[in-house]
Amino acid sequence: MSDDVDLSRRHFLGVATGVTGAVGVAFAAVPFLASWKPSARAQALGAPVEVDISKLEDGALLKVEWRGKPVWVLKRTDTMLEHIEAVDDLVRDPNSEQPQQPPYAKNEFRSIRPEVLVVIGSCTHLGCSPLPRFEVAPADLGPQWKGGFYCPCHGSKFDLAGRVWEGVPAPLNLLVPPHRYLNDTTILVGADSGTA
Amino acid sequence: MMAGAKQQSVGRAEQGGVVGWFKKRFPWDQLMEDHVTGYYAPKNFNWFYVFGSLALLVLINQIVTGIFLTMSYKPSAEEAFASVEYIMRDVDWGWLIRYMHSTGASMFFVVVYIHMFRGLLYGSYRKPRELVWIFGMLIYVCLAAEAFFGYLLPWGQMSYWGAQVIVSLFGAIPWIGEALVEWIRGDYFISDITLNRFFALHVIALPLVLVGLVVAHILALHEVGSNNPDGVEIKEKKGPDGRPLDGIPFHPYHTTKDIPAWVVFAFVFSVIVFFAPEMGGYFLEHANFEAADPLKTPEHIAPVWYFTPFYAILRAVPDKLGGVIMMGAAMFLLFLLPWLDRSPVKSIRYKGPLFKLAIVVFTVSFIMLGYLGTQPATGTYTLLSRIFTVLYFAFFLLMPIYSRIDRTKPVPERVTYHG
Repeated sequence: MSDDVDLSRRHFLGVATGVTGAVGVAFAAVPFLASWKPSARAQALGAPVEVDISKLEDGALLKVEWRGKPVWVLKRTDTMLEHIEAVDDLVRDPNSEQPQQPPYAKNEFRSIRPEVLVVIGSCTHLGCSPLPRFEVAPADLGPQWKGGFYCPCHGSKFDLAGRVWEGVPAPLNLLVPPHRYLNDTTILVGADSGTA
Repeated sequence: MMAGAKQQSVGRAEQGGVVGWFKKRFPWDQLMEDHVTGYYAPKNFNWFYVFGSLALLVLINQIVTGIFLTMSYKPSAEEAFASVEYIMRDVDWGWLIRYMHSTGASMFFVVVYIHMFRGLLYGSYRKPRELVWIFGMLIYVCLAAEAFFGYLLPWGQMSYWGAQVIVSLFGAIPWIGEALVEWIRGDYFISDITLNRFFALHVIALPLVLVGLVVAHILALHEVGSNNPDGVEIKEKKGPDGRPLDGIPFHPYHTTKDIPAWVVFAFVFSVIVFFAPEMGGYFLEHANFEAADPLKTPEHIAPVWYFTPFYAILRAVPDKLGGVIMMGAAMFLLFLLPWLDRSPVKSIRYKGPLFKLAIVVFTVSFIMLGYLGTQPATGTYTLLSRIFTVLYFAFFLLMPIYSRIDRTKPVPERVTYHG
């Protein structure tokens, strides 16, 4: 009887069954893998937040939370803006060539209004939260330090526009989140309707 | 082998009573013959050879204490931190069960690192044991993942920021990185959702994989037979009964040797659990006694001690993607050991001065990287990390050369008892 076995047919049927099964497994895997994506509720909770900057004083830093990340709103003084220009040679990406900001913040001070900086306070190295260090030339950060943000985890340095220094682990400037001004003293963080 | 098996199958058929009824329906005798009483292991094992069975002991400890912890733990961002405090303070003996689990995690790595070092010394990864080594490495990687997922569960500051740092490593992958990180977290940051899924992975998914890998590790080992401090293949010299002349049955001989090791281990384990469960911040980091705060990074983030060598390598590279690749490579190179070692001999006893020097350099580098990984990433420490990272990689990448040209000693025909 075994002489009658059509081996090529059996092989074909075996492969066809295997391939069909594999395709089925791949399709069946989709719901399970997709279930790991941010859920509808997580997306809703990640909605934009309004920030009132009417009481923000010159040189003061306001921290708000958006999508669990610290968003910093820094009202920079004229001295601070001068200090940003002073460290152009020390930062990795002085002209914000890397896409770390919406187009409307791709400018000298990485902001819509020169004096108001909006960045995500999360180090671009591994996501630690850098510390504000606004003093000039403190002992631990060296004489070239003109004020900025220092990451305690791995020593990354950022200037007062969130631009990353050369020779530190963080590869990119701090991220400027999408944001826009609802009125003179209110910023909406998390949405910009695609325009400034 | 054949004669023994046949004899037993005859015995099985004749046995009456409940035992006979059971054995007619379950291959008990065959299992014992293959893996316990009839598994012949070399008679020249030294103390290094107790760490495999100790790892099994710790695995059992982790599973049992872990099951009981899940009965009081709440895997939610709101309740997790408080539920661990509840276990520590209000559940009867909860503190003991929790400390047994947290100490067990660190002791798992102590035992496994010594077990791996033993393999390195005596060439236990060499042909025909490549698969034993690879299954072992998979166990190690799985264990690392298990420890990482478990460390988020107490929802302390170090839990939170440690997870943040490690998960964002995936963000370094070009193109898909950011989407991948979001997919792993299930949210735009490490949140309740992340905690909940890490809990599922920690208590169900990875333990199942781990147990499966342990079975594969042992099955592969019993197929090829154990190595020994001389690196001599005992199967090559068999007696008239077909048993290796230099082998003795695993049970009762090696089990009898393992029992004192378990007792000594239980003693050390108890001293830690009762007198130093935090181990000065190395087993339970101080920052983790503060609840997770997504808006406040701790001053100094360091992983638990067993990850610090790889963490030091990650930080030694001034480029994010480069650092991640180097860290992955540091672990992956271990998988390749069976093919990197070209020495004609297996055991360190017969290897030459070059290999011995290389092992010393590797061991010092690994320990130093472990230390540097706990320290802040400043000037001198970063420089040292880079030096030891280079030495770590040199050990592996140069091995095909130095292991081949080394001056080895002749390997004896039979196992010996020196050393």
